[in-house]
Amino acid sequence: MTPPTTAAVQPVHPQDHLLRTDRIPHIWCSGCGIGIVFGALMAAVMKSGTPLDDVAVVSGIGCTGRMAGYIKLDSFHTTHGRAIPFATGLKLARPQGKVVVASGDGDLLAIGGNHFIHAARRNMDLTIICVNNFNYGMTGGQLAPSTPFGAKTTTTPLGSPDEPFNFCALAAACGATYVARWTALHVRRLTNAITEAMNKKGFSFVEVIAPCPTAFGRRNKIRRALDLLRFYYDRSVVKNQLDPGEATIDFDHSLAVGKFLDIERPTFLDHYEMVNRGEVEAWPATGVDASAAGKRKAG
Amino acid sequence: MKYWREPLDLDRIKVTRGRVTVVLDRCKGCEFCISYCSRGVLAMSKKFNRKGYHYPEAAEPAKCVNCHFCEVICPEFAIFSEDISDTAG
Ligand code: SF4
Ligand code: SF4
Ligand code: SF4
Repeated sequence: MTPPTTAAVQPVHPQDHLLRTDRIPHIWCSGCGIGIVFGALMAAVMKSGTPLDDVAVVSGIGCTGRMAGYIKLDSFHTTHGRAIPFATGLKLARPQGKVVVASGDGDLLAIGGNHFIHAARRNMDLTIICVNNFNYGMTGGQLAPSTPFGAKTTTTPLGSPDEPFNFCALAAACGATYVARWTALHVRRLTNAITEAMNKKGFSFVEVIAPCPTAFGRRNKIRRALDLLRFYYDRSVVKNQLDPGEATIDFDHSLAVGKFLDIERPTFLDHYEMVNRGEVEAWPATGVDASAAGKRKAG
Repeated sequence: MKYWREPLDLDRIKVTRGRVTVVLDRCKGCEFCISYCSRGVLAMSKKFNRKGYHYPEAAEPAKCVNCHFCEVICPEFAIFSEDISDTAG
């Protein structure tokens, strides 16, 4: 048997052309799921067929936020929670480009929560990848808006007393056009979902349930990354087209994964151009009959 | 590979052969690749890399079918497979 490699020259990995290899190995812990999602993102960028000069990756603060620093494409690591506003600016300045926001649940949906809901409402043409590891990993494992009810974190040592958000339901309710959720072990379906999301016009949202063995697993008695990766996968049930409102993350009965939503809706830029071309009728479209005013009694 | 029933088109199916390569000093020893290789190609080495992690090695290299799963599940970009169907005979 020959050992896998003992070459003095480091072998070239097929994704090295998209990696800032001088910064690899990355800082993520052994068995952290973020690396898997990052690999899926790079695979999806290639699969989507977008010219590499037209792709930009934006992230916020946190472990997932490091992605922007490791990818060899136009990228920017913004301040905490501000990935979406920055990405919005990029998209509006260069509408032909594809802008991907890759960040964690804390960054996107706690600190950046308002940006998220309004970008979805306006149907900003962005691809949002949310790595959900159920806590704030980088700062030591504090409670996040995704932490499951009863789960332990540094700030909730007895268990979280809060109900977590259902991010997929939130995205859909706010106006997203594409919503999917997978776990990190569904890596091939995840890659397809990110590819579809990139090629989808409008606000597309992909949530990935990913193991954080260091900060979350350790406090919840699933210390081994391999066990945590498998735990999420084993509890998941594929339910494509499920109403996102019912797509709960329920570890005991049904951790719903799949593509929940894929619809068409005019984007912010579509509407903005219509307004500027004067193609939008005066509001309200039915007009106001001045002579009728005051004739109808109130109440 | 054992079959509970011989597939009817077994003689026509061409199984690809792969060669798996580990970028030793990137590996952090999480074992994802070893656990999820469906052909049981990989096993943990007793050796350490520069960062002090054990890394996988191809214990059964001839069994690799170049499915790339180890490659896509590795969070470290530390393992990949290549097609050697033509050279392996
Ligand atoms: S703290 Fe958690 S999320 Fe952050 S790199 Fe480590 S395992 Fe990953
Ligand atoms: S390519 Fe597939 S068969 Fe070969 S080592 Fe990797 S996971 Fe195993
Ligand atoms: S999946 Fe990657 S990091 Fe984990 S043991 Fe295998 S080669 Fe090493």
